[in-house]
Amino acid sequence: MGYVEARNLHKHFGEVRAVDGVDLDVKEGELLVLLGPSGCGKTTLMRMIAGLEQPTSGEISIAGELVDEDVPPRARGIAMVFQSYALYPHKTAFQNIAFPLEAIGKSAGEIKRSVDWGAGMFGIRHLLGRRPRQLSGGERQRVALARSVVREPRVFLFDEPLSNLDAQLRAVARFELKQFQRQIGTTTIYVTHDQIEAMGLGDRIAVMNKGKVRQIGMPQEVYNYPVDTFVATFLGSPPMNLVQRDVHTIVGFRPETFLPKSAFPAEAPVETFQFRVREVEHLGSDRLIYGSLEGGFRSDATVISDIPSTITMPIVEGELHDFAVPRANLRTFDPQTGLRRDGRAA
Amino acid sequence: MTAMAPMTLTPQAVARRRKRRVLRGVKRIGLYLAAFAFTAFAVFPFYWMLLTSFKTNRDLYVGATDLSHIPWIFNETPTLQHVKLLLFGTPYLIWVRNTVLVGAVVVLITLVFAVPAGYALARLTGRWGERLGIGIFLTYLVPPTLLFIPFARVIAVLGLQNSPWALVLVYPTFTIPFCTWLLMGFFRSIPRDIEEQGMIDGYSRWSVIRKIVLPLAVSGILTAVIFAFTLVLQEFVYALTFISSVGKMTVSLGVPVALVRGDVFYWGSLMAAALITSIPIAIIYNLFIDRFIAGLTAGAVKG
Repeated sequence: MGYVEARNLHKHFGEVRAVDGVDLDVKEGELLVLLGPSGCGKTTLMRMIAGLEQPTSGEISIAGELVDEDVPPRARGIAMVFQSYALYPHKTAFQNIAFPLEAIGKSAGEIKRSVDWGAGMFGIRHLLGRRPRQLSGGERQRVALARSVVREPRVFLFDEPLSNLDAQLRAVARFELKQFQRQIGTTTIYVTHDQIEAMGLGDRIAVMNKGKVRQIGMPQEVYNYPVDTFVATFLGSPPMNLVQRDVHTIVGFRPETFLPKSAFPAEAPVETFQFRVREVEHLGSDRLIYGSLEGGFRSDATVISDIPSTITMPIVEGELHDFAVPRANLRTFDPQTGLRRDGRAA
Repeated sequence: MTAMAPMTLTPQAVARRRKRRVLRGVKRIGLYLAAFAFTAFAVFPFYWMLLTSFKTNRDLYVGATDLSHIPWIFNETPTLQHVKLLLFGTPYLIWVRNTVLVGAVVVLITLVFAVPAGYALARLTGRWGERLGIGIFLTYLVPPTLLFIPFARVIAVLGLQNSPWALVLVYPTFTIPFCTWLLMGFFRSIPRDIEEQGMIDGYSRWSVIRKIVLPLAVSGILTAVIFAFTLVLQEFVYALTFISSVGKMTVSLGVPVALVRGDVFYWGSLMAAALITSIPIAIIYNLFIDRFIAGLTAGAVKG
C-alpha cells in the first residue's frame, strides 16, 4: 500500500492523452522523482494529485483516503512549490509564509512561532520583512519552501523548483532540499526533466514518456537496468550508446563503461569493439571520444566513450582503436519493441 | 569593440569614428525634434483652452479684422469675466454635481458587473472566453448615435424621461463592456500559479479572489473607475436625448446648451467650463498612471 496512490489514471485534453493510464505507489516518507521530457505528462500527473486538475478517469488516494473532485486542493493536506515559486507579490515574506497558517485559523502567536521556525530552517529570518520583488531567485525559492513546510503537510509536491536557479546555486539547493526532506521525513513527489537532479535527489525515480510511466526504481537500478531504449537514452549524459548488432538485437552500453581495451586487465570478461575515432573532446575531468563501431554492425550510429582523466592513453582522431565493455555492463534490447531483453533484472 | 581597438588609431579609423559621432548627434537631435513636435501638437488644444478662458472679448475677436493681431498670446490683461459668467450666470455647479452623482452610481454599477465578468473571461471559460470577450467588446463599438433611438423607447416605457436615472441606466451599456475588457487584461496579467498556490494553501476560489486577486488588481480596478468616469463625463448624445430640464443636465450637455445661444458662442466661458472639468481628471491621470504601469505583479514569478 502506497501513501500516495494512483490507479489507472487518465487525463485527456481533447485528442491529447497527457496522462495515459498511470499506476503509481509512493511510499510513506520517500522522495519520488517524476522524470521525463517536457510534455510527458509529469506535471499534469502532479496537478491531478494536487487537485488542480480532475482526472478523465482513474483514482487517486492520499494516506488511504480517496481524493476525488469532491476533495478540493485545500482539503488534501498537500503543499506545493511551483516552478515560478508563486509568491504573493503584495505580501512580505513573513505574510507569505503565514498565509497558509491563517487559513487554518491559527492564533497570531502560533503563526509567529511557526513562521520563525520555517524561516530558520531555510536561513531567511533576516528577509521576512521584504517583498518578493526585493528578493533574489534563491531567496524566493527559500521563502516558497518555508511557506510549504509551515503547515506541516502530509505530502510535498515540487514542480521543478530548481529550474529557475542558475547552475551554481542549483547544486547547492539540490543538496539542501535533500537534507531538508530527510530531516522532516515527509512524503515528497518531485517533478523534473533534469536527469542529474533526479539521480541526485530521488529515493526512487519514475521515468515518464508520452503519458505513461515507463519504469520505477532506485536511481542506480533505473540507470543500470533501463527497461527500454527510451529510458536508456533519457538517463545519463552522454546517454547510453545503442548499436544495432543484427536484425534481432540492439546492444546498449554506458559511455563510461566503454574504454580502451588496454584499460582492462587481460583476463577480464569484456566484449571488444573496433572503434573508429572521429573526434576527441577534452573536458578537464574526462575525455569524450566520438566515433562509430566497425565490423559487422548494421548501423553507423555515433558511439561515445567517456574516459576519465586517470586513463592517459593517447587516442588519435581518424584511427581505429580497440575498445571494450565489461560483459556485465552490456544490455540488449529488442529493435521492434525497444524493450530490454537480457534477463538480469534489478 | 572598444576593448579590441588598438592603442593608436590610424587616420582612417579616426575619421570613421568622427563620422559616427556626428551621425549619432544628428540622430539624437532628430529624436528630440520629433518628441517636441508631438508634445506641442498634443498640448496645443489645452493651451488654446487656457488662453481663451482668460482673454478679454476684445482680445479674442479683434483678430477677425486686425490681421496684425497675434492670437496665441495675451495682448491685454487676462480677465476672470468668463469664469464668473460660467459659475454665477449658469447652473454650472449644479451640472457638476449631477455629473458626479451620475458618474459615481454608474462607476459602482460598472464595477459590480465588470469585475466578475472580467475575471471569469480571463480565467474560467477556456476557449469560449476569448470569443465572448470579443463579443462584449463589439457591443461597445455600436455607436450611441444608432442606439439612442431604441433606448429612447425603453426609457419612455420605463417613464424615466428627463430623469438622471435614465442616464444611470443607459451609461453602463458602454462602460461595462469597456471596463470588462480592460479588467480582463489586468486579471490575465496575474499569474495563474499564484491563485493555485492560494487554493493549495488552504483557501477556496472565493477567498483567493478576495485575498489575492482583488488586492493585486487594485491598479486595474482604479483604471477602470477612471475610464468609466471619464466616459460618463464626455457623453453627450444620450444626455441630449433623455434630459431636457437645465437643472438635471450633466456638464457635457449643460455647457453647450447654456453657452451657445443661437449663433452666439460664449467662447471664453465654454473654454473655462472645459478647462475646469478637465483639470481634476488630468491630475488624477498623472498621479496614478505611472503606478498603474509599474504594476504590482513584478516579482510574482521568477525575476
